Amino acid sequence: MQINVTINDKLVTWDVKKDEFLVDTLRSHGLLSVKKACDTSCCGLCTVWLEDKPVLSCSILSLRIHGKKITTIEGVPKEAEEFARVLTAEGAEQCGFCSPGFIMNVLAMKNELLNPSEEEIIHYLTGNLCRCTGYMGQLRAVKTYLGVL
Amino acid sequence: MFTLLDLVQPDNLAEAYQILSDKRNNTILGGCTFLKMGSKRIGTAIDLSNLKLSYIKEQAGFIEIGAMTSLREIETHKRLMECFNGVLPKSVHNIIGVQFRNSVTVGASVYSKYGFSDLITTMLALNTEVELYKSGRMPLIDFLNKPKEKDILVRLWIKVDNRKAAYLNLRNSASDFSVLNVAVSKLEDQWTVVVGARPRRAAIATSASAALSKGELSIEEIEDAAKRAAEELSFGTNMRGTANYRRALCQVLVKRGIMEVLQCK
Amino acid sequence: MKKIGMKSVGQSIRKIDGMAIATGKPVYTEDIAMNNALVVKILRSPHAFAKINSIDLSRAEKVEGVECILTYKDVPAERFTLAGQSYPEPSPYDRLILDKIVRYVGDEVAIIAAVDERTALLAMKKIKVDYEVWEPVLDFEKALGNSTVVHPEEDLSCNFDIGLHKEKNIASSFKEVVGDVEEEFRRCYEVVEDVYYPQAQAHAMMETYRAYTYLDHTGRLVVVSSTQIPFHVRRQLARALQIPSSKVRVIKPRIGGGFGGKQTSAVEGFAAIVTLKTGKPAIIIYDRKETFSCTTSRHAMRLKVKLGADQDGIIRAIDMQVLSDTGAYGEHAATVLGCVGHYTLPLYNKARAVRITGNAVYTNKMPAGAFRGYGATQGTFALESTVNKLAERLKMDPTEVRLKNISKEGETFLTGQGVLLGSSSLDRCIEKGKELIGWKEKFPRREIGQNKVRAVGMAITMQGSGIANIGTASVEIRLNDDGNFTLLSGATDMGHGCDTILTQMAAEILEIPMDNIIFVAGDTDTSPYDPGSYASSTTYVAGTATVKAAKDLKNKILEQGAKLLGVSLHEAELNGLAVRTINGDQEISLVKLAELTILGAGKLQLTSYATHGSEVSPPPYVAGFAEVEVDQETGKVELIDYVAVVDCGTVINPNLARMQAEGGIAQGIGMALYEEVHYNDLGKMETNSFMQYKIPCRKDVGKVHIAFEESFEPTGPFGAKSIGEVVANTPSPAIAHAVYNAVGVRVKHLPITPEKVFLGMQKL
Repeated sequence: MQINVTINDKLVTWDVKKDEFLVDTLRSHGLLSVKKACDTSCCGLCTVWLEDKPVLSCSILSLRIHGKKITTIEGVPKEAEEFARVLTAEGAEQCGFCSPGFIMNVLAMKNELLNPSEEEIIHYLTGNLCRCTGYMGQLRAVKTYLGVL
Repeated sequence: MFTLLDLVQPDNLAEAYQILSDKRNNTILGGCTFLKMGSKRIGTAIDLSNLKLSYIKEQAGFIEIGAMTSLREIETHKRLMECFNGVLPKSVHNIIGVQFRNSVTVGASVYSKYGFSDLITTMLALNTEVELYKSGRMPLIDFLNKPKEKDILVRLWIKVDNRKAAYLNLRNSASDFSVLNVAVSKLEDQWTVVVGARPRRAAIATSASAALSKGELSIEEIEDAAKRAAEELSFGTNMRGTANYRRALCQVLVKRGIMEVLQCK
Repeated sequence: MKKIGMKSVGQSIRKIDGMAIATGKPVYTEDIAMNNALVVKILRSPHAFAKINSIDLSRAEKVEGVECILTYKDVPAERFTLAGQSYPEPSPYDRLILDKIVRYVGDEVAIIAAVDERTALLAMKKIKVDYEVWEPVLDFEKALGNSTVVHPEEDLSCNFDIGLHKEKNIASSFKEVVGDVEEEFRRCYEVVEDVYYPQAQAHAMMETYRAYTYLDHTGRLVVVSSTQIPFHVRRQLARALQIPSSKVRVIKPRIGGGFGGKQTSAVEGFAAIVTLKTGKPAIIIYDRKETFSCTTSRHAMRLKVKLGADQDGIIRAIDMQVLSDTGAYGEHAATVLGCVGHYTLPLYNKARAVRITGNAVYTNKMPAGAFRGYGATQGTFALESTVNKLAERLKMDPTEVRLKNISKEGETFLTGQGVLLGSSSLDRCIEKGKELIGWKEKFPRREIGQNKVRAVGMAITMQGSGIANIGTASVEIRLNDDGNFTLLSGATDMGHGCDTILTQMAAEILEIPMDNIIFVAGDTDTSPYDPGSYASSTTYVAGTATVKAAKDLKNKILEQGAKLLGVSLHEAELNGLAVRTINGDQEISLVKLAELTILGAGKLQLTSYATHGSEVSPPPYVAGFAEVEVDQETGKVELIDYVAVVDCGTVINPNLARMQAEGGIAQGIGMALYEEVHYNDLGKMETNSFMQYKIPCRKDVGKVHIAFEESFEPTGPFGAKSIGEVVANTPSPAIAHAVYNAVGVRVKHLPITPEKVFLGMQKL
């Protein structure tokens, strides 16, 4: 079936299977930043924005995004790079596999919360698992990036 | 593996219900986070997105929550943070993460009657009604006790009263399911004690609730009510905890819930 | 922490691949796989122990788009091990690609390759297998001598004696005794003992196991894999597939985490055999469930520890009895067992007698394997918990007991064959940690009201740096025709940053900016040999090889520069990107030098090559301190603060070292409080998703503080030792200690769940 979607500000028409999930659709169209790591909707690696809100692309049937707007990290290269510079200056990307989804949620948080407290930051980002860093370096990077030291 | 043969987005509930009834394996979609984990072969999946059911509004003494409202909207809704000491936002606060809560719908959470549900526990402690397309409007407790039959949960109605409420849970780790969750509320002298994730579905501790409603609420009486709740409800064992631990935990959390409600403004 | 006089080493330099991986560039295995690869899926055993009577493929093979289905009849009959270890591997050759006997729920029964995933899964459903179901042995404490024998086959073999007795389900046994232990215990003023059960733990790296394979233009098998061990994979595949290893090439792209999991080759063979049989590219990607339930985990163990001390608190005798659950196959069984004592006992060298004995037993569960910490983690939990108990009995501060007993620089230890301890700042680590956690004010406990109590606990640990006399790394550095350098290494960066660390070291020696070095690694066709990234090796072993190669090349450049400048060698120096005379009146740029040397008339490409293997494995140390808050009514433990003070010798890159430490501590916290691999009564793993197996999320780790107390390791590059594994070991004993100090409950079965603490309090 065909869907019309705005992917990273570009209107496209894609053929999708009826039971295909967004993460697979995005990857099959070359948006390879979107990673899959859990099958149970709880790791946060596949985070993209649906109408500017962070969602799990592994749990969204592609047919349901017809007429909607999706943003991946490829669609916000400037903002992503800006934060990635801070993140990597801390060394807090480590293996990097969870970073794109994490960055998308950090940027979503920046758009949603004004001057978040440390507790609010941690709460907002809880759905992004990371097995390498132990989260401390990510937190330092986020606080530096938001200027909420 | 998750499979479905067709997906439709009907324009009205009648059509949605018709399709749902057509075949045994036709299914209403919520946020799909749980549905996709199953290996169920779905015939026609029915997406209610076109029915404008994603909303929270207050009118005529009720808070009305559309079935397609996300848990995140409950969590961040200003009015819900004020009502009932903010128990509704509190009860969904720890469910996985923001992205998950942006996807999961209230309708699917309640309709599925999950034992681990934090939201059902809290809603049971409030005056909550469920509106189903076919069976109509009924108290949440009646819906929970009703045998499963195909229907569409359209919206929830929560009576805005002067109820004080508290929600507590114990999780082994922060983003895990609750080992046990508890909601306690008080409207005038009427207390309601609800215990969920036992691991079976939330239930009202009627004897404890009644005892509190009659009592003077001395510390002994509070402890006695908490003990009653632990005694009158049944508990089970799963990976997260044994029945005995849940029973003990029930007593502690119910006591704390009562104390918290007494301190509520 | 900037090093005076050093430009690259000691600096917090961003990882050279950092921006690409953080912003989602397509650099991981799946991202770069070809689109037309066959999708490989595995049919798995639903039984914990069974013999396959027959497999009916007739319906499955008819499914359109199925390319091939392989069963035990289609694979070579030569047994092998998947353990990523240097040859000759100390792990039993107890596996086939597919076997007629299946030994755990999830063991492989058939390999299905099809045009896409749906087709492969559809075909899988149509395979009919007739099993003769056997009685499994699931409880590792009942495995020894059980009537169920997990490996009844005759053709199982070992490269050398590792104490395997398959008829008793013993994969490996171990014994080391120095001195008269019983006699020393008799002389001791205080003797304490206890039994501990550290659990199986899942690696839970974010990128699941995956590989794709194809035949290249010369018909060789190319394996692109998310692995820590490209060279071992090449050797294993050659044996398992019975092809010459010259016909195999293994390439490692960026890796999404490994933690030792990818030191065991879980998936490569399945894709490789499909490519060999069909001639077509193939890809295998494990889903999260397979990653949890069909690969490896940390070895669950039972450890009995007995300690004796004199009146002054000097530990005089140590006895450790270990039982290790290696599951259905023996990957890493012997070495992990050996490391339990190897990386714990040398902490305390005042002992006069030491005994450690152990068995690793087969059971019908998922195999255990390598996991960050590698036996030291389990041993540390048991030994350090016992030392804490001893301190209490002696009415001594546990930090004092450590300070009195730990090995110091220049000392030997009883089981150490006379090797001197080259570096240690463990005493300073303990002092610093006490200060940072506020030990004086907080030890042992404080009531804070509302049924809550706060307490602190501590533990120390060590590990190795590489494997002495076995781990050997080679490095090659070239001066290129344009004056830049190429550094070739076989070390495998799995996110921890060794590509960057080795580049830093080379840049430091060659006195050039890091940007002038092209780092190339992870390809068995082009990389010099390296066993891979495990055993805390890269900084110490591959780092030393890098330093040697860089020094050699530097000399060659100086010689050539001096020659071109017409001066003697001692008049020339490397300065910036040029060779110049010491008095500064002449210089030749590296660009010019390269041009004159390599091109045309020069006819000499300057290269250097170094191989390094260390005769010692110097221990890094950590002193870990936990502060917890315990709810006295529910048993819920909240980690408030964790302080880890690390001695990894010289810190090469402070940011990357800190990140290793914070990450290792978090995994340790997961093991201490939340994580547990759990099976049902039939041997099916129940914790096979992130929904059921809870790794810590960011609300679960409290606040982790890392500090470094540098020492200088004389055998290490720039004085460095390792850091990768040692950081995983202290949380379990330190947190268990803190919980005990809070509520008087010693939890000896990890993890420390609220229910266990609650039950413990009920029994007080």
